[in-house]
Amino acid sequence: MSVAEAVDERLVARRPTRTRRPGVGTVYRWELIKLRYQKRTYLGLGASMLVPILFVLAVHFRGGPHGGDFAFSSYLDRSGLAFPLVILLFGAVWMFPLITALVAGDIVASEDHNGTLKTVLTRSVERHEIFLGKALAAASYAVVAILLDGTVAVIAGIAQSGFHSLQSLSGTIVSAPKSLELVYVSLLVYLIPILTVVAIGLMLSSLTRHSAAAVVGTLMISLLFQLIGVLPGMGGSVPYLLSTQFNAWQGFLRTPTDWAPIIRAVWVCAMYGIPCLTVAYIAFLRRDVAGG
Amino acid sequence: MSQAPPLEVRGLVKRYGELVAVAGVDLTVHAGDVYGYLGPNGAGKTTSLRMMLGLIRPDEGSVRLFGRDPQESVSALEGVAGFVEAPTFYPYMSGRRNLELLAAFDGDGAEGRIEEALEAVELSHRAGDRVGGYSHGMRQRLGIAAALLRNPRLLLLDEPATGLDPGGMRDMRLLVKRLAAQGITIVLSSHLLAEVEEVCNRVAIVQRGRIVYEGQIAELKRAAGMTYRLSTTDDQRALAVCRAQPGIEEVRVREGQITFVAEDRAVAELSQALVEAGALILALAPQGATLEELFFSLTEAGAPDSEPVAEPLEVTAR
Repeated sequence: MSVAEAVDERLVARRPTRTRRPGVGTVYRWELIKLRYQKRTYLGLGASMLVPILFVLAVHFRGGPHGGDFAFSSYLDRSGLAFPLVILLFGAVWMFPLITALVAGDIVASEDHNGTLKTVLTRSVERHEIFLGKALAAASYAVVAILLDGTVAVIAGIAQSGFHSLQSLSGTIVSAPKSLELVYVSLLVYLIPILTVVAIGLMLSSLTRHSAAAVVGTLMISLLFQLIGVLPGMGGSVPYLLSTQFNAWQGFLRTPTDWAPIIRAVWVCAMYGIPCLTVAYIAFLRRDVAGG
Repeated sequence: MSQAPPLEVRGLVKRYGELVAVAGVDLTVHAGDVYGYLGPNGAGKTTSLRMMLGLIRPDEGSVRLFGRDPQESVSALEGVAGFVEAPTFYPYMSGRRNLELLAAFDGDGAEGRIEEALEAVELSHRAGDRVGGYSHGMRQRLGIAAALLRNPRLLLLDEPATGLDPGGMRDMRLLVKRLAAQGITIVLSSHLLAEVEEVCNRVAIVQRGRIVYEGQIAELKRAAGMTYRLSTTDDQRALAVCRAQPGIEEVRVREGQITFVAEDRAVAELSQALVEAGALILALAPQGATLEELFFSLTEAGAPDSEPVAEPLEVTAR
C-alpha cells in the first residue's frame, strides 16, 4: 500500500470541535519533558549532587580539625549543616552560575540552531507563550539544581559530622532543627541571584542564537562581576554587584536576622534581571526565524 | 472572512542589507489549487514561504492566510500547516513523542489524530524510534504527518520531495495528489519541474525574488506558443514559404525538418500556402513545450546582474 493510499479520508475531512487553546502551561510542561531527554540536564543536576558528596569525602579523608577564614569552615567537623552553607559560599564563584547557564543559555539558542523553533512557531501557540514557558522551565531547572545540591549537602554533611547545632555569624548557638530551617531559607534567598543568572542566560540565548556562546557568555558575565568586586577603587560598587547578592543569605545566619542584604539582593537583582528578561522577550518576539 | 482566499500575498519584500531576497511578490492561491512555487536556488522561494508562515517579518507588503495576517497572531495559522526547508524535530525524542508535543501545541483534538497521521505516512512501525536515527525520507514523511495533525485546509510544503529516492518521490507526489483530492489547498515550493507539472494546476515562477509568471500551467504554455515540426515534398520551397508567412516565427531547420513557432490560426493558413506553393505536406505535428523548457526560457533570460528582473518576459500572462 502506498503512502497516498494510506491517507484516511477521515484524517483530512473531519473537523474537530474547538477545545481549550494551548498556552504557557503546555509549553512549560513540554519544556520540562524535553529537559528530561537532554544530557546537559543530567550534567548540571549530576554536578549539583556530586559536588557536595566530593566535598564531604574530601573533608572526611583529610581528617583533623578544619579551620579557615571563611564562614562556617570551623564548624565542618561539628555539624553536618555547615556543609551546604560552605558550598553556597564557594559555589557562587562559577559552579552555580555554570549549572544555571547550561539550560538557560541553551533553551532558545539550541532550538534556533537545530531548526525546531520554526517547527513550534508554526503551531497554535503564540510566541510570547513559548518564551514564557521556556523561561519558566529554565528557572525551574535552576531551582531544582540549587535545592538538590543543598539537600544532598545536608544529607552527606549529616552523615559525616552529625545533626548538630551551628554557631551563627553573630556568635549565638542555633539548635539543629532551627539550623536546618535556616539552611533551606538560605537556599531560597540564594535563588534570587540565581534567577538573575537565568535572565542573563535567556538574554544571551535569544540574542546570540548560539548555545555555547550563550552558556559561556553567561558564565563570563558572572565572573566579570566577581572581578569588578576585587578591583582597586571599586569598593563603592560592591554592594550593587550581582556577585555580592550571592552572600545575601548570610543575613539569616545573624541574630537578629539582618534583612538589609536580603532586601538589597531583591532590588539589585531586579535591576539586572528585569532588563535582561525584557531584552530576551523582545528579541524572541521580534526575531526572524530562519535557522535550522 | 470565509470568502477570503487561502493565501493572498501583496507586494512582499524582504531585504538582507544590500541583498533583495524577495522583491515585491504578488500572488493569490485559490481554494482547491495545487499551486507550484517555482524558481532556481536562491530565487527567494523559501524566504517567501517563511513570511507566509509568519516566521520572518516582511520589510514591505502583506500576507493573508484566509484573510488573516500571520504577523499579528498565530491564530492566522488556524487551518494552515506545512514546513519550510526540511522539517525539523527533536532528535532525542521518538517520532511519536515529537508528534505528541506538536499535537499539544496545536490543541483542537490533534492528539487524537497522531496514530492516523503516522499510518498515513507509513511510519507507525518506526514511531517509537528516536528521530535522530531517521533517514531524510522518514523525516520528510514525519513532516507531512506533523502537518496533517492540524487538519489543514492549506498546506505549505517547501521542497517536500528533495533528497528522496525515486520511490519516495513517487509516494510524495501521490500523497500530494491525494491530499489535494481531499480538498486541501496546497502550495508546493519546488525546483523539480516534472513533479510540479504533474501535480499542480497553477504556478508562480520566481526569479531573483520577483515573480516572472503567475497563472495556470496550460495558460503559460498557450502564451508561450506552440512549436511545430514540418516535413514536405519540397522542404527548400516550404522553408521560403514559412519565412514569408505572417504569424510563423522562429523558423529553423533541425535534423532535416523545419521547425517553427506559431498559433493555431497561423498554422492553418500556412498549410494552405504550402499547398498553393506546391510543397505538399508529409508531416505537420505540434511539439508542446514542457514546463521545464518554459521555466528555463523565463528564468535564464534575465539580466545577469544581481538586480531583480525588471520586467517579465513576453510569455508572462500576468
